[in-house]
Amino acid sequence: MNAVPQAIAPAGETEHAIRARGLTRRFGHVTAVDGIDLDIPRARIYGFLGPNGSGKSTSIRMLCGLLQPSAGTVNVLGHEMPRDAEPLRTRLGYMTQKFSLWDDLTVSENLQFMGQVFGLPAQRRRARVAVVVEEFDLASLFKQRAGTLSGGQRQRLALAAATLHEPELLLLDEPTSAVDPQSRRDFWESLFDLVARGVTILVSTHYMDEAERCHELAILASGRIVAQGPPQQLMAEIPAAVVEVEAADTVAARRALVMDASVLSVAQLGTRLHVLIDPATPEPETRVLQRLRAASVAAQSTLVRASLEDVFVAATGFGRAAGPAAGLRPSCCSGSLRSRPRKCGNWPATGSRSA
Amino acid sequence: MIVGIPLMQILLFGYAINFDVRDLDAAVVDDARTSHSRALVADLQATGVIVLRPPSPGLSDLRRRMESGEISVGIVIPNDFERRRLGNDRAVAQILVNGSEPMIDAVARGLASVPLPVRAGDYRSRTPVFEVRTEYNPERRTAVQIVPALIGVILNMTMVIFTAAAIVRERERGNLELLIATPIRSWELMAGKLIPYVLIGLIQTTLILTVGARIFDVPINGSLLDLYLAAALFIAATLTLGLVISTFARTQFQAFQLSFLTLLPSILLSGFMFPFDGMPPLARMIAQALPLTHFVEMIRAILLRGAPLAAMQVPAMKLGAFLVIALAIATLRFHKRLD
Repeated sequence: MNAVPQAIAPAGETEHAIRARGLTRRFGHVTAVDGIDLDIPRARIYGFLGPNGSGKSTSIRMLCGLLQPSAGTVNVLGHEMPRDAEPLRTRLGYMTQKFSLWDDLTVSENLQFMGQVFGLPAQRRRARVAVVVEEFDLASLFKQRAGTLSGGQRQRLALAAATLHEPELLLLDEPTSAVDPQSRRDFWESLFDLVARGVTILVSTHYMDEAERCHELAILASGRIVAQGPPQQLMAEIPAAVVEVEAADTVAARRALVMDASVLSVAQLGTRLHVLIDPATPEPETRVLQRLRAASVAAQSTLVRASLEDVFVAATGFGRAAGPAAGLRPSCCSGSLRSRPRKCGNWPATGSRSA
Repeated sequence: MIVGIPLMQILLFGYAINFDVRDLDAAVVDDARTSHSRALVADLQATGVIVLRPPSPGLSDLRRRMESGEISVGIVIPNDFERRRLGNDRAVAQILVNGSEPMIDAVARGLASVPLPVRAGDYRSRTPVFEVRTEYNPERRTAVQIVPALIGVILNMTMVIFTAAAIVRERERGNLELLIATPIRSWELMAGKLIPYVLIGLIQTTLILTVGARIFDVPINGSLLDLYLAAALFIAATLTLGLVISTFARTQFQAFQLSFLTLLPSILLSGFMFPFDGMPPLARMIAQALPLTHFVEMIRAILLRGAPLAAMQVPAMKLGAFLVIALAIATLRFHKRLD
């Protein structure tokens, strides 16, 4: 808040904060990240949405030079990674998935230490610590040990530490995974404040609501980007029609709909069903009703706007389950559905969260 | 790991730990220079217990060489050797033994039973031929030999584990992932891990030394400054060994295992309990690569024999070399990357 606003894009540098081509990382026989292309504009929040194991963390680690890519090129703030990783360190901020400051140091000591490690001169360090303490509301916790903080407090401290040296690019790896909803809201407010000052933020998440707040989004599944673009555009251009069905007997309705060849996926939301239908189907809501009437299920249907979760389901292959995944998600899209072949492969078990 | 290490250890230690000490380094001061004195020295050498190094011109040179650890046994033949030989009341020569190391004294005393050389027409046989003097530890107390070296053993035990666990613990807790994403340099990280523990090590040294001097009556003959300098060098070397271990270990458990693996040879081969002179060449070579060996040598010299640090250049340089090489290995092996 009190910080001096930063220039949005220093002259002579690329317009993109991150540019990656064919970025690939293999661990033995497993390909964790499989040829992803990225163009992340400056001063934007860019989201990685995907289930655990979809390659979000591995991608972020490659982008900040902690992992060597097996193939592909990365350009960060106009520099080749990982070659220029060291000189870029002071311009990057990285927040690990797991809280990784020191539990046995106090909030103040952690911030002082990070300031020293980033080589901030004493005067600037004091000033910056004061600024982030104010910005992230840490004053009352200043002398408390980090190990005793709550999830939301820790995350504020971690973000404060990551922004202490005023980086141009922030890489946040699932920053809100252990945080209550109110803290998540506050956290996102802070992110938008940072973006307003010209900081570029790359954030990975598996929360739909968070993904929807990003300026732009890449949906990852099994190490590949299966959809990419602003959330609104992704929802508008979803390759499926979304029909909402209200039925008394939702179990029977779902059973009936799953049998239909044009139905791509069915998800239950309370007493309603979210049905994704092949976009080539004429009048999908009528088609759904006909299907239900044939199975003598009383129901109403409306054509609705796709939610990000629908996009996610569509992008990751309409819940085409592989192995045990289907059994683990009883209320969600049924595992036996036919769907058009998509480039993504199987769907890890820890997948989608119902809203 | 499971088969190789126990096998290696039983073979190594089985051969290395040897009470039949032979080939003790010895030097002679022969003020008599008669054929009889030369014959006596030749007989002593023939026992195989001692190996003669170049003779010393006088007693003070002999003491200096023993003080620095170059020799363990000194043989002094006085200029009235011939008169003593023909008389019957006094010892004809003196054996000086370095009492600051274990077992040497007992072995050297065996030398005293060597009879005078017998020549034609010389029928006299007498005992004792030699007067044996145990230097630096006249009461021949074990504590005097063990406690100073124990400082090294205890430091070795604690220091290696400190740093071996330090980096691995940060790796396990995730701190390291954050640290390597900062502009910190590898050597800065390594130095940062070393320096606080050097201070802790010096505090430990003080503690053990105080207890050793008060309770076990261990003499402090040398300069305390020399002692602390030697201790600081040794502490830094053992901490660096721990750092090297931490770059190999993936988990804290592995770090402890590897630390223990270095501890056993350090204790058995360093000369702390078993004399160096009884070991086969391979064991001595391994011992040369262990910091404790050099520290035990230095601390006994400084504490018991009152040797100045300047006389300890060789072990000090070896410790220094160990420190530099190990630090280079640790820094090179530590990549600021996760893969």
